[in-house]
Amino acid sequence: MRHSIRIAVGPVQFRIGSDWAGPVAALGHLYAGYPQDDTRPADATVRLYANRPWRRWLRPSVHIGGDYIVPDALPLPLSMGLLAAEMGMNLQVALGWRRHLLLHASAVARDDRSVILSGASGSGKSTLAALLGESGWRLMGDEFTLIDPASGDALAFPRAVSLKNEAIAEVEARVGPARLGPLLAGTPKGDIRHLIPRADAVAAMHEPVRPALLLFPQFGGAPAIERIGQGEAFVRLTEASTNYIALGEAGFAALTRLVRETPAFTIAYPDSATGMSLVEQLWALAPR
Amino acid sequence: MADPAYRAAGEGMLRIEPLGELAAIFDRRSQQTHLVTQPMPEILAALAAGPCDAAGLAARLADSFDLDGEGDAAAILTERLQELTAMGLVEPV
Repeated sequence: MRHSIRIAVGPVQFRIGSDWAGPVAALGHLYAGYPQDDTRPADATVRLYANRPWRRWLRPSVHIGGDYIVPDALPLPLSMGLLAAEMGMNLQVALGWRRHLLLHASAVARDDRSVILSGASGSGKSTLAALLGESGWRLMGDEFTLIDPASGDALAFPRAVSLKNEAIAEVEARVGPARLGPLLAGTPKGDIRHLIPRADAVAAMHEPVRPALLLFPQFGGAPAIERIGQGEAFVRLTEASTNYIALGEAGFAALTRLVRETPAFTIAYPDSATGMSLVEQLWALAPR
Repeated sequence: MADPAYRAAGEGMLRIEPLGELAAIFDRRSQQTHLVTQPMPEILAALAAGPCDAAGLAARLADSFDLDGEGDAAAILTERLQELTAMGLVEPV
């Protein structure tokens, strides 16, 4: 690879190689404030490559490769190289990580205790976490949360937050342009703009946090909070985990412990302000 | 046809974790997770004493459950035992 960069996000050390300078420079900007440890071996390798050499120049399109590949992933135009890098990083972690139970969930923390928000795309978990991260909470991650099978603690994965569509304006109103990446308009996922997490959240990324609340947000509809049982939380989280099966009994033990020790709720909310207020409301009642 | 007797998984093969009203069962042989409700964990526990048929199981469970009408209980337990068999958690002897 002609251009490359190493990035540490939480416990994962990435090596990203690219046929083009652009995506690597964009990553360099987003991750400039992250701690660097070039002596650590990479856990995951992402490659962004042109499928034919001349494609680097003529209508360049980015293919995503690495330790794991998705054969039918569409190539992206070079202008979306940053999105390709993000997708590649997610893919390597989702398919390759074995040290922790990986939940497709965002998370925030306060006073050494965390709120884990699990939901599908469109549930608003990423936006809620980003906004809470600007309102007195430590952002742990907008996409993945890792559970340590030995301790039961949650570990942060604070990659640059992938803001989509309406969430972009909500966050732009709160943070300066220096903390935002370029606007990627009209990607297959809509408009995307990355938010660099606050420096204190990045500095604290290796500090494990005890889970205190499990929330399953649902964007849209009247505000509602519903307590759910341990069994339902268990089923939802097995579906939200990309490596539950691969971890075998260690994953089973980690997940049963998590749902037994952590109260779980679904929340429905019509807008971000209401969502944030529901999180604060449940937080005030959470057992300490 | 006489009711078959059923045998529980060998000792240590299943890890059963109660989760409120449900129980999660990890089968160490297949590495599969099953989520079950009452009376599945109780049936597995009762079978640990040794293989038996549905009527025998009803008698064992009568101590801890209020089973009305032994015949009905045995018929219901037969269904549950067939479901546990399908999950691979018990097997006919």
